[in-house]
Amino acid sequence: MLDIYIMGKRYQVPEGLTIQAAMEYCGYRLIRGCGCRAAFCGACGTVYNFKNDPTLRYALACQKLVEQDMYLTQIPFFPAAKPSYDLEKMEPTGEQILKIYPELITCFGCNNCTKSCPQDLEVMWYMSDALRGDIKEVAIKSFDCIMCGLCAARCPQGLVPYNIALLCRRLYGRYVTPRSKHLDDRIAEIEEGKFDAEIKELQNMSLEELRQRFDKRKILKE
Amino acid sequence: MPYPSYMEESIRKVEATRERRLKEELPRIPVGERMPVLKAFHPDFIKACMRELLVGPNKGERTPNELADLLEGNSRIDPDKIDPELNSGVDYDVDVLVIGAGGAGASAALIAQETGADVLLVTKLRLGDANTVGFQGGTQAADRPDDSPALHYLDTMGGARFTNDPKLVEALVKDAPSVIKWLESLGVIWDKKPDGSMAEVALAGECVPRCHCCRDYTGLEVMRVLRDEVKSRDINYVEFAPAIELIMDEKGQVAGAVLVNLETNEPLLVRAKAVVTATGGIGRLHIQGFPTTNHYGATADGLVLAYRVGCPIVDLDTMQYHPTCAAYPLAILGLLVTEKTRGLGAQVLNIDGEQFAHPLEPRDVLAACIIRECKERGKGIATPTGQVGVWLDSPRIDMIHGEGTVAQNLPAMVRQFGRFNIDITKEPMLIYPALHYQNGGIKFSPDGSTPIPGLFACGEVEGGVHGKNRLGGNSTLDLFVFGRRAGRTAAKYAKGVKPGKLTLDHVRQWQRELKEAGLAEVRPISPKLLPDYARQPYDYLADYVTERLQPGQIKVA
Repeated sequence: MLDIYIMGKRYQVPEGLTIQAAMEYCGYRLIRGCGCRAAFCGACGTVYNFKNDPTLRYALACQKLVEQDMYLTQIPFFPAAKPSYDLEKMEPTGEQILKIYPELITCFGCNNCTKSCPQDLEVMWYMSDALRGDIKEVAIKSFDCIMCGLCAARCPQGLVPYNIALLCRRLYGRYVTPRSKHLDDRIAEIEEGKFDAEIKELQNMSLEELRQRFDKRKILKE
Repeated sequence: MPYPSYMEESIRKVEATRERRLKEELPRIPVGERMPVLKAFHPDFIKACMRELLVGPNKGERTPNELADLLEGNSRIDPDKIDPELNSGVDYDVDVLVIGAGGAGASAALIAQETGADVLLVTKLRLGDANTVGFQGGTQAADRPDDSPALHYLDTMGGARFTNDPKLVEALVKDAPSVIKWLESLGVIWDKKPDGSMAEVALAGECVPRCHCCRDYTGLEVMRVLRDEVKSRDINYVEFAPAIELIMDEKGQVAGAVLVNLETNEPLLVRAKAVVTATGGIGRLHIQGFPTTNHYGATADGLVLAYRVGCPIVDLDTMQYHPTCAAYPLAILGLLVTEKTRGLGAQVLNIDGEQFAHPLEPRDVLAACIIRECKERGKGIATPTGQVGVWLDSPRIDMIHGEGTVAQNLPAMVRQFGRFNIDITKEPMLIYPALHYQNGGIKFSPDGSTPIPGLFACGEVEGGVHGKNRLGGNSTLDLFVFGRRAGRTAAKYAKGVKPGKLTLDHVRQWQRELKEAGLAEVRPISPKLLPDYARQPYDYLADYVTERLQPGQIKVA
């Protein structure tokens, strides 16, 4: 059994539990701070330290295993700026980003955001990319962001890096990536009813005919 | 927590056969010959784990015991204490109420608003906390020149052994390309080739590569974009407020819902001309004790709500067990390992490093083959906790497509196993089937309407699209196809409908039925809302304490 401390109170839990499972083992019913339990949703970003080591560490409570003398807490909600905007009326430029998030210029590069990221993203570097208007770089560097909010919680300037990155990625997806011609062509073909007769034919087949058609279909590799 | 040393010998065998397996391809089982392995090894065919429902629209039909309990469950509310017409009135009065804020609910809310409706979006946890956020592999759409919606139709029907509703499948495959386009116009970054054409991957049961991905964070990418759009358009939403009962009107139309504030237990009454249920799936019921890939809130709430207003459910008797979910380490037991891993070339291997099934069999067949390999043939690998699994040979991907492919295409998997010191670019993953998806659900039509006026459905909560076995990449398509359709239909319906006086008579009648069937005393309270993972203290309270709790002190969740 390990000793852990939840909001300062000591509990004993078996080894091998995640922070989340350890809290449940101690009798906490989670409502806040628990989501997909698989490191995708960002609900359970958390900080912890140790009885004799006050340095803050950062993790996802659904992934991090408890250790002896861990001090745990829950960060249920962190208020964050999220202005309304209409993507259709925007341009993929640095000016656009500064117009929505003018506070971006106050970033002084302390790197607390990067240190707090449980996905190990280079948050400070994509913030400076955003400042330079390099939307593509922000999109690439921030792509694996689960929006847990720890970067915003630790920013001394009150910036919300994950929302700024999201705006950049949306602009990149909407305006910068080249369009897919075969996608547009197919949509037009469907609207013209090009496949209706063939689908109707499949729908009118007997079960046995349909089964044969299915088993004989050619399977492409690439 | 790398693999225990006793697994080394088996891992060496996997490495030793890798060169030979580069060219080795096992035959697929023809659709007509799947039944024997399914009947012998798929969990759906274990008769003792299901029972016939004794009340409600599906009376006499079989469903897993865990779901049957909830469908036959007792309401949380006393209709004599809540009068939506009198009491304190309603808290919200809207055109369209959308319950559930995953991919389907968010899509429905966006399109309903575009169609001119005043929309309220409510959700049990946070906006976007849903199974959607965890889907990795991607979304099917037949948009390549060598593909066609008719082939997509054929694959989808065959994957489910032709048990799907043909009209729903037609809607699914024909809307698919425009869904991909719609999401891109909202800013989703699809994986593309340098010329802009889509870079599709083949998932199991597809005859042409058809799956559109955003690395292996597809659901996350789509969900964060939709969430941002909902917020940007100032759509009214309420978090931590699950629906615990639908409200009807005296004409028999669904006309609102009773919500509860999960933290204060306060009820919130919503009057709505139309209600869209988009409450997702069922995994957290842990059918037959299986671990699950599902979100914390996946507890079948929408099925319970719809069932109580008389809406039938289809294909209640099948669940999807995803064949490849983490079996080790214990901390991530049940974690989804995307089918894209197999789509890119990873094979499934036994303790000797040998293949025993084609890696791209449909999910039900491959799950059954893995269970057979472990349970009947004893060729699985046991973990220190007794959980058994087989190998998924991820390093083979880099051998086929070049070094760096795994890192580029499966960053979530690399990161998640890496947290436990397992490098999936060099070592295989130990996997076993886990409860993944509710194949069936609320009976509904291609436009999103259900047999009950005023009630609409979309996403995992509805049924018929996937019949008795869903193909990978089709559920994430279903979310947006039917989310958009349900949102549009509900908004149009709301413009024309004449609502009557609100009532909870259907709850009174339901409780009467339960009592007459002798079930009221023995069935749990439902919807369940959240799983019971917290260790409970033993019961030490005096009976009068429980009896004297004030209404505000009653814990609903």
